[in-house]
Amino acid sequence: MKESVFRIKENRNIAPLTFLMVLEGDCAGMDRPGQFVNIKIEGFFLRRPISVCDIRDSELTLIYKTVGKGTLAMSGMKEGQELSLLTGLGNGYDITKAGEAPLLLGGGAGVPPLYLLARKLREEGKKVSVVLGFNRSEEIFFEKEFSDLGCDVTVTTVDGSAGVRGFVTDGMPEHYSYFYTCGPEPMLRAVKRATATSGQFSFEERMGCGFGACMGCTCRTVTGYKRICKDGPVLEKEEILWED
Amino acid sequence: MGRLSTMLCGAELDSPIIPASGTFGYGYEFAELYDINILGTFSFKGTTLEPRFGNPTPRIAEASSGMLNAVGLQNPGVDKVISEELPKLAKVFRKPVMANVSGFSVDEYVETCAKLDAQEQVGWLEVNISCPNVHGGGMSFGTSAASAAEVTREVKKVTSKPVIMKLSPNVTDITAIARACEEAGADGISLINTLMGMRLDIRRRRPVLANRTGGLSGPAVFPVALRMVWDVYEAVSIPVVGMGGVSSAEDVIEMMLAGATAVEIGSANLTDPYICRDITERLPELMDSLGIVDIKDIIGGAHNG
Repeated sequence: MKESVFRIKENRNIAPLTFLMVLEGDCAGMDRPGQFVNIKIEGFFLRRPISVCDIRDSELTLIYKTVGKGTLAMSGMKEGQELSLLTGLGNGYDITKAGEAPLLLGGGAGVPPLYLLARKLREEGKKVSVVLGFNRSEEIFFEKEFSDLGCDVTVTTVDGSAGVRGFVTDGMPEHYSYFYTCGPEPMLRAVKRATATSGQFSFEERMGCGFGACMGCTCRTVTGYKRICKDGPVLEKEEILWED
Repeated sequence: MGRLSTMLCGAELDSPIIPASGTFGYGYEFAELYDINILGTFSFKGTTLEPRFGNPTPRIAEASSGMLNAVGLQNPGVDKVISEELPKLAKVFRKPVMANVSGFSVDEYVETCAKLDAQEQVGWLEVNISCPNVHGGGMSFGTSAASAAEVTREVKKVTSKPVIMKLSPNVTDITAIARACEEAGADGISLINTLMGMRLDIRRRRPVLANRTGGLSGPAVFPVALRMVWDVYEAVSIPVVGMGGVSSAEDVIEMMLAGATAVEIGSANLTDPYICRDITERLPELMDSLGIVDIKDIIGGAHNG
């Protein structure tokens, strides 16, 4: 972890309640896909944790949904504005377990961290399938970006207005070597039920610090208590205790 | 002795700055960021006799100029703290550390304190009789003078290190509790723990925190904490450790002028992990501008007349 000041290069609406922000700054030490940054927002006490969508040299891309006052304030920020970020947070996905043909499953605001993951996997020559789940066609983003990486992309919408009607689990291919997923918890549970393959899940939780100090986001696992912010947000399927 | 040194219950601190329990873990995360040996000491994560998972999540909520937490004393239990955490902690922090203890019965406080008191690394025991986030323990001992005194008296019987009682602000008269602790043999008082509060999710029409209520901390509580430090300083003659929303060098000076011998910094560590380092570095310059030579000279310095 480190604290750095980033400058906003771009901040635009890409889908309903969904924004893409490009920041310029020191991106060293956050090379694992699935990590997150914790952003100080003027007027709010707690920082806001946002997953990393992409990193290219000194450019950091975030995609975030306006779910509360903090992210709403972010959406109004202008180009050139500076932000304090804690970077390199969380364990991130372990790409060494991918096998030859990994499957990536993202739901809504869970799609962004899969982008950097897909790019890294493609750079290693993997055959990557991606299923992106949204509620309706207007909410779809990054379908083309994943295709441009050379991924085999399937889109699902709950209302059937685009792609396969249903949830990400309705768009899953038959064969894949491993899976990586991120999305709302009901989706993660559905993914767990729908597959017999091993994989990794990325979880969301309300956090205090984001770096392991406050025990605000702890969950129980097979191997003991884990802090979503520091020991997660990515957990392996076999270690997760699904509480009902 | 440097300009920042202060005496806490007979032991010298190089600096009055002490990260507060529950906001600094066992120091590891912060030791990756800066040399935490610049701190006076730090109060490690609240320890109970048995391991505790704590409360269900969400445990954290935003508030105006602050936050609510309902972590609920998650910790591995005193035996594991001694066998696993203290040896690891010794690698990143060379000074005596403050052991923060909580419990659900007087016997639990006594047993946990006795075990930690025997550890060479432990310099002080901070006995938390003020956690608002556990049921049937914690704060219930700190809201009556009689039970606060009982915990103090029994812990003192089995310990040799200074015992600092950490008080709750969720009481009618905090000075009565502080006096009761002093009379029962406490070596110091630290205050304030968090103020009990809650938030509702207006869309779901239910509490944000799974525990329903939580403890409010952060800059929002600073004036409340300062007033209580002021009052307790006047009520007792043992050292007072001030805390509650401290987030700048100016706040540290203000707390000490109100009567604090040392100052704990809590939730500010969570939003700005370098805050204790930055305050420590800024203090000498601020002291110069205020005409303060040695920081210990200003303890209670606003109580003239």
